[in-house]
Amino acid sequence: MDFIRNFPMFSVVLSLFSGVLCTLLPGKKARIYTIAYECVLIAMAAAVLWLTVHTGASFTYVMGEFPAPWGNELRAGVLESAVALLFMSVMLCSVLAGKRYVDQDIDESKINLYYTILNLMTAAIMAMTWTNDIFSGYVFLEILTLTSCGILIVREIGRTTLAAVRYMILNLVGSGLFLLGVVLMYDITGNLLMVPMQHEIAMLYQDPGARVVLIMATGIITIGLSIKSGLFPFHYWMPDTYGWATPTSASILSSLVSKCYIFLLIKIYWRVIGIDIFTKMPIRNIVFVLGLCGMIFGSVSAIRADNINRMVAFSSAAQIGYIYMGIGLGGTAGFTAAVFHIMAHAVTKSQLFLTTPRLAEISGNSLRFKNLQGCALKDPNAGLFFLLPSLSMIGIPIFAGFSSKLFFGMAAADNGGIKLILVMLTMAASSMLNALYFIRTLIRIYSPGDDREVRIPHRLDYNIPMFALTVGNLAMGLFSWIFVGAIQQGFTMFM
Amino acid sequence: MENLLANSTEAVAIILFGIGFTMLLFHRNLFRKLIGLNVMDTGVFLFLASMGYIEGRKAPIITNGIQSTEAYINPLPASLVLTGIVVSVSVTAIMLSLTVRLYMRYHTLNLDEIYKMSEHLEDDR
Repeated sequence: MDFIRNFPMFSVVLSLFSGVLCTLLPGKKARIYTIAYECVLIAMAAAVLWLTVHTGASFTYVMGEFPAPWGNELRAGVLESAVALLFMSVMLCSVLAGKRYVDQDIDESKINLYYTILNLMTAAIMAMTWTNDIFSGYVFLEILTLTSCGILIVREIGRTTLAAVRYMILNLVGSGLFLLGVVLMYDITGNLLMVPMQHEIAMLYQDPGARVVLIMATGIITIGLSIKSGLFPFHYWMPDTYGWATPTSASILSSLVSKCYIFLLIKIYWRVIGIDIFTKMPIRNIVFVLGLCGMIFGSVSAIRADNINRMVAFSSAAQIGYIYMGIGLGGTAGFTAAVFHIMAHAVTKSQLFLTTPRLAEISGNSLRFKNLQGCALKDPNAGLFFLLPSLSMIGIPIFAGFSSKLFFGMAAADNGGIKLILVMLTMAASSMLNALYFIRTLIRIYSPGDDREVRIPHRLDYNIPMFALTVGNLAMGLFSWIFVGAIQQGFTMFM
Repeated sequence: MENLLANSTEAVAIILFGIGFTMLLFHRNLFRKLIGLNVMDTGVFLFLASMGYIEGRKAPIITNGIQSTEAYINPLPASLVLTGIVVSVSVTAIMLSLTVRLYMRYHTLNLDEIYKMSEHLEDDR
């Protein structure tokens, strides 16, 4: 049992080690190794989840046995382990389902380097999920930025380089702001570990002078991380980035990387600032309004897209808006809905991004709507794998998307007043727009097109992960109370 | 005003951050953007270093057997600056390599022109 307490540290160190190891292996072996060790990481996260649920308490791993104000710590509670488990599962599914496209898109001599970057990225995701130290959070956030740029440009077409430059510039602005916010917080609290910081901040908030600095620092961190995660109005890099990357990368970038930043932000709100103080801050309302705008404008841009990948990417912008709206609603209910949506969206969006290249393949390698006509009829499996997550995105009951909308509604009802009205109206409008562009796409891909026969063999290594994602989606829709119970337990441990 | 004078280094650091930030966001030339990035990071490092320094104290290496913590400054801010510099160097390296790649393809460093060219050059599938 005590051995499990080492697993958070193992998962970070093992990922870093795997990254180095994959540079030495040939491409195929690097892939097999990556898949195997990701299974190990999933098992580790599951073990930690089991331990924290079983004992009902979180634990802290002290690096190098240096005690609290000096050392560096990892912390594991139900929430961290659940998020880590889900992130790793989605990662594994993306690697498995996208591997044929990785072989197509990337020069053969560089495939092992792709898995190197992917493993370093896993290390960053794991560290950002487990960390209890805000500066480690910053360092791994930069590693995540660099590696996400890496998995984007690895497909060497002009579009990806341009998309990567745009992505990097905005991300660097975000990192700079985040660093400044962290430094300001360090200045006023004198600590970098989350728990001592929270104690200091609780005292500092009474002092009006320090309160201004504190609100400013929180605001700067919020802006930094919202730029990185693509909150409206910083979402315009999304379509290029997600649209041109190789499918595995697109799926990981949209469903894990941006969510990882949001998870770090939630962690900072709860564990550094403290939820009581955060609730009193005006930042909450700004995040709320930007979230609402994102929900509408993301969907509007998605309707105007003429290419299925760009449409799915813009729909991500809308979904990020939902998550920030949940954060803006505040309270355990709002944050629970936000984290549930992080999970639901990770499962759904990764599946959409892994299906579109297959639909494109059937339609003569074109992602444009006009060429996609009838592709779902030619390959019913791919059609189904697009249909089910689309229904979830629209918010049809029994799918995860419906449950998360329900929880957002319930969180808004807790708030009452103007926020309830705003959330209900915007959510209705956004769902309608969602339905509009997804149903339009579904009609397009299910209406008979040309008679050109295209045979793409069915492969188990594609179908099984896609099936797993569908099952995950349905499980989150049908048994949402289990997930919500775990998330709420996690938030009680966060305090 | 008095506060500003007392914290002049920090004020300069924030101004540097602002200059770098605007350069990074609004300049159209990629190289200037990169220089802006470095100026911005330097601003943060200056801020950290000046906050970590206390007038009259020495670097945290025990000299003449004085062991009192009052005699030395906290080494942590300096080590954070070092970490930050490492991160900043690697980010700059990646951005430079991206810039080289873009230049080889489009033969210009102006982002507006690159966007315009990419509309014509790239296949939209």
